[in-house]
Formats: sequence, structure tokens, C-alpha cells
Amino acid sequence: MFKKLAVSSAALAAMIGSPALAQDIAVKLGVLNDRSGVYADLSGEGSVVAARMAVEDFKAADKGIAVEIISADHQNKPDIGSNIARQWYDVDGVNAILDVPTSSVALAVGDITAEKNGVMINSGAGSTSLTREQCRPTTVHWTYDTAALATGTGAAMTNAGGKKWFFLTADYAFGHSLEENTSRVVEENGGEVVGQVNVPFPAQDFSSFLLQAQGSGADVIGLANAGGDTVNAIKQASEFGITQAGQKLAALLFFVTDVHALGAQTAQGLSLTEAFYWDQNDETRAWSKRFMDTHGAQPTMVQAGVYSGTMAYLAAVEAVGSADDGKAVSAKMKEMEFDDPLFGTVTVRGDGRAIHDMYLFEVKTPDQSENEWDLYNQISSISGEEAFLPMLEECDFTKQ
Amino acid sequence: MFELLGIPPQVLMGQLLLGLINGSFYAVLSLGLAVIFGLLNIINFAHGALYMAGAFVAWMLLNYLGIGYWPALILAPLIVGAFGIVLERTMLSRLYHLDHLYGLLLTFGLALIIQGLFRNYYGISGLPYQIPNLLSGGQNLGFMFLPNYRAWVVVASVLVCFGTWFMIEKTRLGAYLRAATENPVLVGAFGVNVPLMIMLTYGFGVALAGFAGVLAAPIYSVNPTMGEQLIIVVFAVVVIGGMGSIMGAILTGYMLGIVEGLTRVFYPEGSAVVIFVIMAIVLMIKPEGLFGRPA
Repeated sequence: MFKKLAVSSAALAAMIGSPALAQDIAVKLGVLNDRSGVYADLSGEGSVVAARMAVEDFKAADKGIAVEIISADHQNKPDIGSNIARQWYDVDGVNAILDVPTSSVALAVGDITAEKNGVMINSGAGSTSLTREQCRPTTVHWTYDTAALATGTGAAMTNAGGKKWFFLTADYAFGHSLEENTSRVVEENGGEVVGQVNVPFPAQDFSSFLLQAQGSGADVIGLANAGGDTVNAIKQASEFGITQAGQKLAALLFFVTDVHALGAQTAQGLSLTEAFYWDQNDETRAWSKRFMDTHGAQPTMVQAGVYSGTMAYLAAVEAVGSADDGKAVSAKMKEMEFDDPLFGTVTVRGDGRAIHDMYLFEVKTPDQSENEWDLYNQISSISGEEAFLPMLEECDFTKQ
Repeated sequence: MFELLGIPPQVLMGQLLLGLINGSFYAVLSLGLAVIFGLLNIINFAHGALYMAGAFVAWMLLNYLGIGYWPALILAPLIVGAFGIVLERTMLSRLYHLDHLYGLLLTFGLALIIQGLFRNYYGISGLPYQIPNLLSGGQNLGFMFLPNYRAWVVVASVLVCFGTWFMIEKTRLGAYLRAATENPVLVGAFGVNVPLMIMLTYGFGVALAGFAGVLAAPIYSVNPTMGEQLIIVVFAVVVIGGMGSIMGAILTGYMLGIVEGLTRVFYPEGSAVVIFVIMAIVLMIKPEGLFGRPA
């Protein structure tokens, strides 16, 4: 009895004595992504790990910010994602939703977030619509978009002599938009598109389509697809001697976990664009090592983006002094400049597009690769202004 | 030189050959299903998951035990077959007296569980598995570059398919099996151990799925969803061929592979549905399937 009383009064004393008490800010973050489907490896639990690391590194508790993180699986379905988002904002008191891969889900959650005055820091989705046709004041699109990937890979390969392109396009909205973005970049850089084929999604066997691409006489075969489709296409292109015969492959949306799944033997020489790679500098290596120790795999750019997006969000919350008004927090994010250990200098434009450098990588040969995750050589970096599309006037929420 | 609908003959030859290769997978998988359905009356929905398991077992043998492709081609089907036998003994055998639907539901559930377990342990991105050195590279046939490994896939599947057909249709063991399907009580009365035979048949059908999985490992991504994507097509193949018809399953498998391959040239967007369109037409005109006996 005495002991109990002593403990509780000590706790009480500690609370009263804490300088944080006066300015305690409660923040609840929801990591909403794919935890069981095709994007589970590139986002999934790894993104939750990254968000936790951000809270830890921000020293939120020392700054009087009490952060709670919850997570859910949207199964890549807009209806499920929307329901979770509504429940999080209405019932669970979530202030911001993080990650949200799969563009259709991201667009739906972006709308709900604007309606409920939360903030969506999107890392996983690729659609440029998030900051263009369907831009919202409370959306921040952190890591990449299809235009940036097209600019990176499309321009670099065209300028390196790959003038004639043939596209294998996943036959749904995402594939078509990726093809369209890349075609534009290729043509702007003096290349031409000699053909394309719409491949039903998802597909296992690409040999027929690859043979058509081979017959087209193109220099570059652009893979406007993602995940397992891209893995299969690359695996089979190598099997059919396409890469060996001198045609190059351009993976337009490809993550380090996908390259890891292929292995350096098959993926060697492949060009791709990413916003982050674990082995870029001392800071990314140190962070990725901590991530690897918890999660068991190296981080993808999406997971790294959840980390740095969360850091930036918390900084804005601290500056505003509350997380309740999502519009105010996202407006604050657009005023600040972030010096991020993983993404370098990041600013957020009026339309919510985060501007940072993108990088063009080439997959190492098995001789160069020292271990299973030693996969990329950095070829060049692309400045944020160059990589991302210019802002649409009507989406500049700093002027509204 | 003649052209067919604007497609040069070289391209057409290439696509026919590729169709045959894909047909090889359909044939081996639909054969396993046909054997199981024909002799056990079980609609084995777990077939795709077991095909995936075959590929994963090959990967595990290589990465945990250092056992390469060739031994895996024998070992992985044995391991998957043994696992199938365990499933048959512990679960499926309890359902034989019930409607087909119960077996279908059970195996469907099993498929989801097996797939979920692999996804949980190995993630969704897939795992690398290289083509064996002996079969890397390929031949230039003039009209196309044929990877040696794909040629091997066709040879291996033809051998396995016709071996199976021969065993079931032409040997004494096969005769027992067919007899046991017709009248298990009578065959049992002659001193044949019918439950043992059924158990081994299921094991064999499942081993065929495992075998197809090992064949697929070097060319498709070894990932937990690889079976899920294939199994629906394979079911369509079995329905078109005629449920339970061994030869029907084999021939339809190759034939539909070729039809699908040609669709990829003439109308690629339709290549994912062409098999189902054919299935619908066949069901309307000849519901017992192309090679099935009228019920």
C-alpha cells in the first residue's frame, strides 16, 4: 500500500516537474498501406518501422510531442482504404495518414483527408494526379511520381543513344500513364517510339511480347509495368538473349526489393530511377543499417520516404504547436526547408509536391556486387526542378 | 514471301513455338488435375498452391542444402507429393462420401493457407532462381532465338505427360485405378488396397504440380502468387478438355497454349481472356468437353 502510494506520488511529481507538460501535443499517425499484397515488400511493415524510427530520431517525446502510430492494410482497394481513412479521422482521432501506395487508393484517401482536415504524406503512390488534376491543400506527395521516373530513365537512356523505343505496357490506367509520360520525354529528347503492345495485367509469360519488341528493331524496350510483371519480363528478356543482343531494358517503376528478387545475375545493366538507395552515403548507410536490424531487409525509397516525410511533418507540427488543423500543418510544411539525412534538401511546393533530387542507377554486374543487397551504381543525379513536372497555377495552395 | 494478316511467317513460327512452351505448363498442371478428378472425384483447388510450393522447395533445396536443379527436379515433386499425401490422409479422405463441393472448398481454403504461409515467410517480391548451367544459352533457329531451357521444358513435359497417360491407360496398375474409380467396393473385394491406391494417386497428381513448379522456377519469378495466377486458366483447360479425361487434358493444354500465343500477336489485349471465351463456347456446344464422354 505504502509502496504503491510512493510510486504514484513519484510519478505525479515527475509529471508536474516535467517541462513538457505545458506544451504537450498529441499526434496520432496512421500508416495505411499494402500489408499482404503485391506492394507489401516495398511498403508494408517496413513503412511502419520507418515511421517509428522517425518519431525516435525526431526526439518527439523530449519536445513534448506524444506520438502514437497505428497501421492498417488497404489491400490496394480504394473502398477499403476509404473506409479505414474515415474511421481513423472520425473515430480514432488520427491526424495524418502516411504512405498509401496504389494511386487509386491514394487519390481516394487524399479526398477524405482534405474533407476531414487531416494531412496525407504520400510516399508509396506514383500518380502525378495527386498534385495535379486532383490536387488538395492537405496532400503532400513526398517520394516520387511517374513523371519523375520517366524523366530520369527516359531522358537519360535517350540521350545515351537509345533513340528508338518499344513499350511493353501493363494494360490498365497506371501502365498507360507511365507509357505516355515516358513517350513524351523520349520525344522531347529526340527519340521516337516505334511500337508498343498492351500486355494484360497481371502476366506471367512475356516471351511473346518480348519477341515482338525484339522484332521491332528498337534500341530500348520500355517496361511500363510494375512489381512481379517487371520481374518476369526482365527475367525472360535475359533468357531470350534480348539484353545480350544489345537491346536495352528500361524499368520505369522498379524498387530495390524487385532487383533483389531478380538477383544481379539477371538484372545487371538495367537502368532505373529512384529517390533513395541505401548505399549512397554515410548517413543513408547508417540509417539503413538500423532499419535492416529491425526489419530484415534494406529499405526501399518508399520506406525511406515515410521516414523523412514523418520527420518533416513532426517538425511542422512542432512549429504550429498543434496537429489538429491539417491545413495549417501542411501550409507550414510548404514554408519550411528540410535538411533530411536520406533525401538531402527537401522543399514542399504549393501543390504539395516535395522537391528533392532523383538519381539514375544502373544495376551492378555479379562481379561488382559484393553481397545480395549491393546492387546499384549511381550514374547521375537529377535535380528536383528538372525531375518533377512544373506546378499548375490552380494547384498552388500557398496563393489561395 | 507470304504474310498472314500482316504478320511475317517468322514471327508466326516463333509465336507458335512459344505457345507450345506455355502449353507445356498447362498440360502438366491440367494433367495432375485431371488425374485427381478422374480417379478421386476431388476438384483440387490447391493445385496452384502446390505448383508454387514445388518452385519454393526447389529454391529451398538450393539455398539451404546446396542441392541444384537436377536433383531438385526429382526431389521437389517427391516432397510436394508427400505433403499431398499427408493432406489426403488427414483431411481429404474424410470428404469422399460428400458432394464435390466440399472437396473444392477444403482445397480452396488449403490453397489460401499455403499461399499465406509462404507470403508471410518469404515476402511477395519473389526469389531468384537461375537457369542450370547445362541449359543456359540458346539456339538461333533463324526465325527466333530459342532458349535451351524452354526447349527442355517442352521435352520434359511431353515425356511426363505421355508417360502418365501410358501408365493409366495401358498398364495393369492403371487398369486397377480405373476399375477402382468405377466400383471401389468390387475392386476392394478382389484384394486390391483401394484407399492406398487413392492416396498414392493424389500424391502423384500433386507431385505433377510440384514438378511443373520446378520447371517454372528458372523462368518465372518464384513468388507466392505464381500458382494463384495460373490455376484458374488451368481449370479452364481441364473443363475444355473434359473433366477427368487424361488425354483430353494433355492435348487441350498444348492446344490452348498455342491459341493463347497467337492471340498475343493478333490481339494482345485479349490474350488473358481467350481461353475463357473458348471455355464458354465449348460449354455451350459440348458441355462434357472436347474429349469428355457424355454423362
